[in-house]
Amino acid sequence: MASTVATDGKEHRNGEEGADGEPPVEPPPARRLTWRIRLRRDKSLILMTLPAVALLVVFNYLPMVGTLTAFQYYDPLDGVRHSEWAGLDNFRQLFGDPLFWHALENTLYISAVQLVLFFPIPILLALLLNSVLNQRIRSVIQAITFLPHFYSWVLVVTLFQQMIGGAGLLNQFLRQHDMGTWDFMTNPHTFVLLVTSQVVWKDAGWGIIVFLAALSAIDQNLYEAAAADGAGRWRRMWHITLPGMRGIIVLMLVLRLGNALSVGFEQMLIQRFAVGHDAADVLDTFAYYYGIGTQNYSYGAAAGIFKSVISLLLIWGANTLAHRFGEDGLYRK
Amino acid sequence: MWEEPPSAAGQGAKGLTLGVVVLLILVPVYCVVLTSISTPGSINRAGGLVLVPDGITFDAYTTMLTGGPVRQALLVTLGVTLVGTAISMVVSVLCAYGLSRSRSLGHRFLLMILVVTMFVSGGLIPTFLVVSDLGGYGKYWALILPSAVSVFNILVLRSFYSGTAAELIDAARMDGASEWRILWSVVLPTSRAVTAVITLFYAVGYWNTFFNVMLYMPTESTKWPLQYVLYEYVNLGMNMPGQVNSGFGGAHSQTAPLSLQMAVVVLTLLPIMLVFPFMQKHFAKGMLTGAIKG
Repeated sequence: MASTVATDGKEHRNGEEGADGEPPVEPPPARRLTWRIRLRRDKSLILMTLPAVALLVVFNYLPMVGTLTAFQYYDPLDGVRHSEWAGLDNFRQLFGDPLFWHALENTLYISAVQLVLFFPIPILLALLLNSVLNQRIRSVIQAITFLPHFYSWVLVVTLFQQMIGGAGLLNQFLRQHDMGTWDFMTNPHTFVLLVTSQVVWKDAGWGIIVFLAALSAIDQNLYEAAAADGAGRWRRMWHITLPGMRGIIVLMLVLRLGNALSVGFEQMLIQRFAVGHDAADVLDTFAYYYGIGTQNYSYGAAAGIFKSVISLLLIWGANTLAHRFGEDGLYRK
Repeated sequence: MWEEPPSAAGQGAKGLTLGVVVLLILVPVYCVVLTSISTPGSINRAGGLVLVPDGITFDAYTTMLTGGPVRQALLVTLGVTLVGTAISMVVSVLCAYGLSRSRSLGHRFLLMILVVTMFVSGGLIPTFLVVSDLGGYGKYWALILPSAVSVFNILVLRSFYSGTAAELIDAARMDGASEWRILWSVVLPTSRAVTAVITLFYAVGYWNTFFNVMLYMPTESTKWPLQYVLYEYVNLGMNMPGQVNSGFGGAHSQTAPLSLQMAVVVLTLLPIMLVFPFMQKHFAKGMLTGAIKG
C-alpha cells in the first residue's frame, strides 16, 4: 500500500519537469499550457475519475463530516444538523468509563503480543522458503501458505472451532483416549494466544510475499563473493540477507504500528460471544456495541475519533522514527 | 540464491518445518470436505469430524441446495458478488486510467482525494449513520456501495497504466485516438493480468461480506449472504429454519447435522479454492510488479 504512495511522490517530481511525450499543440505555446487547453484535452480523463470520487465523497468524506456527532447529543430523528451540541461531554464520559479503558488496554495488549509473536514469522518463513532451491516446490508451498488469506474471518473461526473447539477434532481425540478435554476457543485467559494463532494461520503466508520480493532483489553475486572469501551460511545471512531486507522490514513495522489500534475487528466480533466481552472487547467492538448496540451514536463516534487520532499520531511517530534511522518508511524523505 | 549443497540434517529440518506448515493449512480443509460427504453413521463412529473415509454420501449437498436458507443465501451472495464486482471494476478502471496521465488537469488534487481516505476515516458510527440516512438499512446496496471503491486497488491499476502501458498509450494519443477508445482497445487488452488480479480481489471481498450484513440487515434472515448464514447456523449453532433434524439429541435437536454444517463451510470455501490456481498464475505478473515496485 504505502510503497505505491511512496513511488507516487517521486513520479510527481519527475513529471513536473517537462511536457515530453505529449502531442504538439499549435502554435507551440510557452512551456505551460493554459488551463483552458488542458481542460479541453483532459476533460474525458477527469470525467472518468468522477464515479469513484463521488462514491468516496459520499461514503468516506461525508462520514468525516459526520464525526461532528461526537460533539453532539445525536438524535436520529433530528439528524446531524438539528441535534443538540454537547461540547466535549461525550469525551468526558468516555474517559471516565472503565469499560473504555479496559477495551483500550485489551487492544494494546493484543497488539503487543501480535507484534512479538506474529511479526517475525513471515520473515522467518520467507528466509526458509527462499533457501528451498527447487523453484517448483517453492512456488507450490508459497501458494498453499497464502491461500487462507482469502478466507473470511467467519470461515477461519469456524475452521478453528472444528479443529480445536469443544466439539472439535482435538477434543474428539482427547475424549476417545480419556485424556479429558481442553477448550481453547472459549477460554478468556488464553484468548490472546488464540487470536494470534488465527492471525498467523490466516496471514503469515500473505506476509511472505513482500519479504520474498525483497530477498529476490538482493544481488546474487554478493553471496558467491562472500562464500569465496570464506563466509559461512550464517555470516552471509547476517551481513548480506538481513541488511538487504532492512528497508522492507522497517516499512512493515511502521504500517503495523500505525495499525496498532486495529486488532481484527471482525475476528473479535465473531468470538465475543464465545469468550465474553471482558476478553474480546477492543476499541472497535467498543464503538460498535456502545454506539450501535445501545444506539448511543455520539458516544460510539467519540470512541471512533479517539481511535483515529491516536492511529494517525502512531503512524506519524513510527514514520518519523524510521526516517531518524535512515530508512524510507512510508515515503522517501 | 547461491548456496553450497545443503547438509542432510539441514535439508531434513527444512523439509519437516515446511511440511508441518503445509499440513496445518490443508488438514482442516480436508476434514471439513470429508465430513461434509460422510454418512451420519460414519460421523457417529468417528465421534465428530471424519479423518478416514468411511461411507460417502452427497445427501448434505442435496438437502442444502434443494431449498431452505442456504440456497437462498447462496443466491444472495452470488448476486452481491457479481453486481458488486462489476460496479467496483468499472469505477476503478475508469478512475485509474483517468489518473494515469501524470500532468493532466486536476490530477494531483484528485489523487489527493483518493489517498487521504487511506489514512483518515470517519469511523464506523458516522459511516453507519450516512448509509442509514440514505435509506440503506436493510437494502442490498448497503452491502456494495460503501465499500465499492478500494483506493489501494485503484493505485495498483494506475501504476500499471502509467508504467508498463505508458508507451502504448502515448503512441495511441499521437494517433489522435480518444481517451475512451484508448482505454477500451489499448489499455484493457494489454493489462489483462493486473485486471484479473484486481477483479478477484474485489470478488473475494464481496464473497466474504460479513460485517456490513451485521450492520445493515442483522435481523432479516432471508437477505443474509452465505458468510452470515455460516456465522449464525454453524458458528453460533442457531437453529436453521426448515431443518428439524435428528443429528443431535436433546436441547440441540434443531441444529443442522454436522455434515450439513460442513457442507455450508465447503460452499463458502469452494469458489476461493476454484479461482485460486488462476489467481496464483497471475500473481507474479500482476500483483508484485503492481504493488511492490510501484
